[in-house]
Amino acid sequence: MTLLEERPSSTLSTGSRCVDEDIDGMRFRVHRDAMTSEDVFREEIEKIFAHSWLYVGHESEIPEPGDYVRRPVAGRPIFMVRGAKSGRVNVFHNTCTHRGAVVCRRDKGNSKVFQCFYHAWTFDSEGKLVGVPGKDAYDDQLDMDALGLGRVAKVESYRGFVFCSFDPDIVDLTTYLAGAREYLDLVVDAMDGDVQIVPGTNEYGMQANWKLLVENSIDGYHAASTHDTYFKYLVSLGTDLSIGVKGHTKDLGNGHAVLEYLAPWGRPIARWEPIFGEEAKPEIDALRQRLVDKHGPERAGRMCDVNRNMLIYPNLIINDIMAVTVRTFMPTSPTSMTVTAWEAAPGDELPEVRQRRLDSFLTFLGPGGFATPDDIEALESCQQGFASGGIEWNDISRGMNREPEATDEEQMRAFWRRWAEQMDGGR
Amino acid sequence: MTVIEDSALAEVTRPAVEDLLYLEAELLDDWELDTWLTLYTDDAHYEIPCTDDPGGTGQTSLMLIHDNRMRMASRVERLNSRKAHREYPHSNLRHLVTNVRLLGVEDGELRVRASFLVNRCRAGRETTYTGRFDYRLVLQSGELRIKHKRVTLDMTVLRPASDVAVIL
Ligand code: FES
Ligand SMILES: [Fe+2]
Repeated sequence: MTLLEERPSSTLSTGSRCVDEDIDGMRFRVHRDAMTSEDVFREEIEKIFAHSWLYVGHESEIPEPGDYVRRPVAGRPIFMVRGAKSGRVNVFHNTCTHRGAVVCRRDKGNSKVFQCFYHAWTFDSEGKLVGVPGKDAYDDQLDMDALGLGRVAKVESYRGFVFCSFDPDIVDLTTYLAGAREYLDLVVDAMDGDVQIVPGTNEYGMQANWKLLVENSIDGYHAASTHDTYFKYLVSLGTDLSIGVKGHTKDLGNGHAVLEYLAPWGRPIARWEPIFGEEAKPEIDALRQRLVDKHGPERAGRMCDVNRNMLIYPNLIINDIMAVTVRTFMPTSPTSMTVTAWEAAPGDELPEVRQRRLDSFLTFLGPGGFATPDDIEALESCQQGFASGGIEWNDISRGMNREPEATDEEQMRAFWRRWAEQMDGGR
Repeated sequence: MTVIEDSALAEVTRPAVEDLLYLEAELLDDWELDTWLTLYTDDAHYEIPCTDDPGGTGQTSLMLIHDNRMRMASRVERLNSRKAHREYPHSNLRHLVTNVRLLGVEDGELRVRASFLVNRCRAGRETTYTGRFDYRLVLQSGELRIKHKRVTLDMTVLRPASDVAVIL
């Protein structure tokens, strides 16, 4: 049966056409057009990426006045700089107001001014135009105030995580984050509020639709099958796997979702496992005790023992697992994406603990880890499978019959429902 | 002891070093990873800093790879299994190692620098890694062994290579 026979596309907008939820029949399907169509990709840029809060970076990356980082957000070159006068985080479109050249040409650094090399117009770290060579040619009519750098329409930060939106009318960030706030708080509070982004960025990519990485980043179902070699590695270090991957998944509102679970690996905050070495045990136990004293046993238990794979809609992942990764990604076509991932850690961590955290991250995560390459392979494999045709729908119904468990797919359905709503024109 | 080893190390010639590096390249190309491991000392390290942080170390930075000998062995075991999906089936690899220079003996280790180009062909796709190898070599029972290998990539981002699932 073809899509046209089943659902006349002329009468349905993209969201309803591609996402099919039948609650009574306990069936949730996503049409593979959502992963392959050029039209859907173009629509996503307009309807989703132009109307969401998008992660820019972390305030710890620019602690001093004039510190800046440059990076694309939703494929647009922007830069984030701490204003030398105001001390606040400015996020600018990276384009000269004269005739367009990018004004910030390094990935990071510190500068009081940003001079466009083309004709040497100069802007300060608050975006103000402060220098124009040969001003007499404008007869003093040049409106310097109006020619400052373009600010991205909305910029807000939540506990150090800086987001921007190209939509001036979007709801405030706190409202937008909805139920995800509580989970961000757990990550930040476990680090005593002192979250830092570690130097070094994983900048990679894959030949797969970006929404496959949304699904994969919060997918507990694939862990045992896809990451067999990682679990074998843990066993070789003396880790007891009998604890399994147990927990639940949750819709956090506005498309955000979380997978919360117990898993066999160790956590630098604060669950000791052989991977950290005997000598680390007292430290990690002491860290746990401090959190218990401060937050009580229940909340501290969530911080220390429970893993969180969290999606902040549409394209930010914060996974608090054997280390903490902050990962964002952007489609470059229906079948390809770029991925940028960082590692977060508490600022005042002891060097030995930091070292173990860094190693712990690498065993699983990143393009050279023991797990991430296999995720890349899985997602590219799905994308190749879509090209085969013959099958039109992906099935995402797991766990519709029960309170969703860690290996269920409710967290993905939360994403897809919001995706469908926005693709149908909802803001 | 150190004095003797130092002077022996100082006498190691470039052809001898090149032999070791070319042997390593061949073993990696042939996926003879267990033998590859034997070229390394028991306290060896193999590391690749991130593309945006070429000076990064595993003590303070997020790296792409930061393996001690134990993790090197785990990496090999993983790649030898049929469950390292990104590398099953294995890529066709070609390690080209060139511009080999001996930089002298320091702390009982012979410093060697080389340029490399690694071609990786798999499933109709071809990607290239290029950059610099920095080795620290030692003599073990008269044999030249690798104590440290650091791979600094020239690529500014890991695209289109997308991962470093293979050993460079
Ligand atoms: S384009 Fe920037 S000064 Fe002309
Ligand atoms: Fe995975």
